[in-house]
Amino acid sequence: MEEQGSAVAAAQDGLRPGTGVSVVSVGLRLLSAGPLLILAILVVLIGLTTPVFMKPANISNILAQTSVIAIVALGQHLVILTRGIDLSVGANLALATVVGGLLFKITDSSAVIILAMLAVGVLVGLVNGAVYVFGRLPHPFIITLATLSICRGIAYSISESHTTMRGVPDLVATIGGGDLLGIPNPAIVVAVCAALVLVMTKAMVWGRWIYAVGGAPKAAVEMGIPVKWVLVSTYVVAGLCCGIGAVVLAGRTESTSPLFGNLLELDTIAAVIIGGASFLGGRGHVGHALIGAVMIGVIRNALNLNNVDAFVQMVAIGLVIVIAVEADVLRSHLESRARALQSRTT
Amino acid sequence: MDAPLPVLSVRNALKSFGAVQALRGVSLDVYRGEVLALLGDNGAGKSTLVKCISGVHALDEGEIALDGERTLLHSPSAARRAGIETVYQDLALFDNLTPAQNFYCGREIAGPEWLPRPLRFLRKRAMDREAAAIIDRLKVTLPKFDAPVALMSGGQRQAIAVARAAVFARKVVMLDEPTAALGLRESRKVLDLIKQLRAEGNAVIVITHNMEHVVELADRAVVLRQGRKVGELKPDKTNRQQLVSMIVGAEA
Repeated sequence: MEEQGSAVAAAQDGLRPGTGVSVVSVGLRLLSAGPLLILAILVVLIGLTTPVFMKPANISNILAQTSVIAIVALGQHLVILTRGIDLSVGANLALATVVGGLLFKITDSSAVIILAMLAVGVLVGLVNGAVYVFGRLPHPFIITLATLSICRGIAYSISESHTTMRGVPDLVATIGGGDLLGIPNPAIVVAVCAALVLVMTKAMVWGRWIYAVGGAPKAAVEMGIPVKWVLVSTYVVAGLCCGIGAVVLAGRTESTSPLFGNLLELDTIAAVIIGGASFLGGRGHVGHALIGAVMIGVIRNALNLNNVDAFVQMVAIGLVIVIAVEADVLRSHLESRARALQSRTT
Repeated sequence: MDAPLPVLSVRNALKSFGAVQALRGVSLDVYRGEVLALLGDNGAGKSTLVKCISGVHALDEGEIALDGERTLLHSPSAARRAGIETVYQDLALFDNLTPAQNFYCGREIAGPEWLPRPLRFLRKRAMDREAAAIIDRLKVTLPKFDAPVALMSGGQRQAIAVARAAVFARKVVMLDEPTAALGLRESRKVLDLIKQLRAEGNAVIVITHNMEHVVELADRAVVLRQGRKVGELKPDKTNRQQLVSMIVGAEA
């Protein structure tokens, strides 16, 4: 038998970590801690240069302003985990507020109005997911771009005199504008949503399937995961997040408007990517969406406090996105380096 | 372990894709505790046959029997439930998941039972423990058990894919060119794993182009050409040339 080699190889057992791995693994670790690190540095720098930034009133202001981005980003992160994208979130949110505002003309029931807003969000998400999956579209970009236009159009045409309507039910106003022990209610809504999404993604089978579908869609089919339903479910939950965001935003402004949520798709996608999730799918967690949302809020707030023009803010956010995406590319490069080093040492 | 009854038998398998006849009546028996090498040139129908057994394709005609009972394998999960595991050439691994997560992906240990499956809670510790035990049993060593598979070498990934098949296989394991992308030492590791699978009483079907591996490993070799079975023999060093002639269709 030609078996002599087998015993040797089995004894050495090939699969050990090598020496050159450490540099690469330190780099990978830095990249994964990067967003939080950058956020901390930002907060310290801004705190030192702009004293008013650290005042409790301003911090609670940032939390309230960031909350809508954070809630919708939670849904967006699920979609991005599956290699998708949801461009319709801003328009979906606007439509949900308008439906709530119109219902307020005929009923005072907070419960009915809130449920209606959530239902609009879910319905739009269902349309996105169903058309993408069962319409066999190559990418969700197209359908969510279409629903962006459709929702925004419907929101304008059904809202009274095609613009902002004043007034929301008391409960909605409290959810969006009140506070509990000094913590703004929107921040509490964010915390509750984040906790729920965290449990669903990390502790439940559903979440494992989302990561599987995002990591290797073909393998997911071969392993018997119901890929189509997993995809649809992420768009539905993203839609639900838009509905929740609509309630919070309507409550905070005590108004409903087809103008709401303008460019929210950019803010939420930016939040997820800046936070450290991968655009390539399968990597990311709730923390990334939250860190990204807060980072956008902090950057905006700091630029506001220093009287920087809103248009320059757009440029700043854009630059941050470029940096984040490059970090993502660098990460996958480092990973393939790590893999190469592994096989060299075996 | 050798039972007289074949664990898997294929009878008169016919499969066409449009005008192309990929399988033209192939019959095949595989027994527990043996390694069967499935040989043939490109386009001979090896991969199609494997995909029909693993439930990816349905046969146009012919039948597949498991332990003597006729079985319909209309999907990959049906085949898997029947005890047939396949290691595809692309491995079907999830780069973003750890080895243990890869093992159980799609068949997670989770509860409670009364919840719909997607909403059940993962029993992570149970999965980690069992995956570690399997890795141990198969004598695979991984650098880090909790690192994503993306960080592992080709051989390690192959070992994980084979180990995953080994966990769940109760009857048949099929491997499509398991060593094609590997270096010498990594190939050796995978060959050892295949021997281990055989020792545990599985029927192992291996597609390979490597004649040395065939001679070393296979208890039997079946040669396909143009969708037909053209030969079957017990490979050893002396009939290696005969095998090659059968594959290329140049009988002496």
